[in-house]
Amino acid sequence: MSVNQISVFVENRPGSLLGMTSVLAEAGIDMRAFSLAETTDFGIARLLVDDVIGTSTVLKDAGYIASLTPVLAVEMPDVPGGLNRVLQTLADSGINVDYTYAFTGKRPGAYMVLRVADHARAAAALAGKGIRQLAQEDLSDL
Amino acid sequence: MPMERYYQPEIETAPREQIQALQDERLVKQVRHVWEHVPYYRKLMEEKGVTPDDIRSTADLHKLPFISKHDLRECYPYGMLAVPLKDCVRIHSTSGTTGKRVIAFYTQHDIDLWDDCCARAIVAAGGTDEDVCQVSYGYGLFTGGAGLNGGSHKVGCLTVPISSGNTERQIMFLMDLKATILCCTPSYAAYLGESMKEMGLTPDQIPLKAGIFGAEAWSEEMRQSIQETLGIKAYDIYGLTETSGPGVAFECSAQNGMHVNEDHFIPEIIDPETGEVLPDGVEGELVFTALDKEAFPLLRYRTRDICVLSHEKCPCGRTHVKMCKPRGRTDDMLIIRGVNVFPSQIETVLLNLGYPANYQIIVDRVNNTDTLDVQVEMTPEMFTDSLSEITQRQRQLVDGLRSMLGLTAKVTLVAPKTITRSEGKAVRVIDRRKI
Repeated sequence: MSVNQISVFVENRPGSLLGMTSVLAEAGIDMRAFSLAETTDFGIARLLVDDVIGTSTVLKDAGYIASLTPVLAVEMPDVPGGLNRVLQTLADSGINVDYTYAFTGKRPGAYMVLRVADHARAAAALAGKGIRQLAQEDLSDL
Repeated sequence: MPMERYYQPEIETAPREQIQALQDERLVKQVRHVWEHVPYYRKLMEEKGVTPDDIRSTADLHKLPFISKHDLRECYPYGMLAVPLKDCVRIHSTSGTTGKRVIAFYTQHDIDLWDDCCARAIVAAGGTDEDVCQVSYGYGLFTGGAGLNGGSHKVGCLTVPISSGNTERQIMFLMDLKATILCCTPSYAAYLGESMKEMGLTPDQIPLKAGIFGAEAWSEEMRQSIQETLGIKAYDIYGLTETSGPGVAFECSAQNGMHVNEDHFIPEIIDPETGEVLPDGVEGELVFTALDKEAFPLLRYRTRDICVLSHEKCPCGRTHVKMCKPRGRTDDMLIIRGVNVFPSQIETVLLNLGYPANYQIIVDRVNNTDTLDVQVEMTPEMFTDSLSEITQRQRQLVDGLRSMLGLTAKVTLVAPKTITRSEGKAVRVIDRRKI
């Protein structure tokens, strides 16, 4: 089970992120999760939204480069050791985590987005430990 | 080593004296033709105090005035035309990248000699009537497609007039029709090679044996890389719309310089500042005189290409003078930290690594040291969600530029369409140095 993350190329200069968020705001798009990875001259904005195709189209029409990447989104109880348990499971299976970021919904607890090298194996390992993963359609209920 | 083959052996391997005599005869005739039919050039001659009577052989060539791109723009479109328009059968045109377009006119005779020149290049690259020649140069006003197409016909190759672009279709035709000779720009050859590699095709699966690549400056490194990816021999070809098109000079099996078709063109190397003619082996600006073109016969046309000539004996048996790969255009050259840099070299690296030709070069001086920043537009193909993958590609680009230029450049990836496009040639260089 996975969700589709939209990755967007943004330049690292004042106002460039604003340019992208304005496009989303004008299109009335509600983001579920957002993270930014940056270098000195550019960054990659990563976002989760309900309507992946619609949002990608809006961004591309505005001239942005946006790509879709399947990522794992796992549910964690809001208790000490919650993230630790997820990472332990992956480490035990020898799965490397490329990047990760967290978000919350209306319900208690938090969600962790994980980009891993071996998607299928990671999903199976997490499921084996009873760690709940979100599907794309779950995002709208959060 | 297979025996060298020639398209027109009697002239391609003619003794020097014979070439010299032919040039003398044709030059005298051509100068008179131009004098009588091109008032613009006649005026230039009069200003210099030269008449056709002063030109008795190629030894008198230096007496003639130069023609520059500026002159061609001044007399656009018909000012250099030396025959009635009804005798012309075709035009070609420059892209107008450095200003107003130049339109070149051709009679059937001019097309025939041009096709012959291209046929010589194809045969020198090993082409015969058994070959399938895929012409992936642009067709249309650009001379690349038409020139190699004509040459390929003369040799009797099965000609695939696919023109440029649509890489997927290029590869399909190339594989399905088992093309053995590819004609295109070197950067496009590199791109085709990379695309085929990505598709899992190995050089031994690719039917090509030779490539004839020109219309832009390219390096020896690029030749090696194209040869390896495609499993071919890559030959250079040179020409300008102003002098007819590709085929003015071409490479032979020795692959170390291009034989100028001296029965049709006289090359000279001059000091770009003084106009003085320079000897063999000395770098300078390349100048061409067309000896037997009827419609658009340029005398002493300054190409602005930086080049060296060599009359050394060539193992291929051809006796025509060789020109080196042009280093680039005089008006494009930058000097950065004392190193000569041509934007074309940077472009070569970018294209070679799969980047688009949308780039800008920013030169500045910080604490008395020149800085070189190459801004490249991100493309959907190059973009991934992984920062490390993108920065690794960025590093590859820095390494590629270092090996090409001998300089460390900064590479900045910028958002698509942020580098200004213009109607003609994009502004490639922004020099902020205040010297």
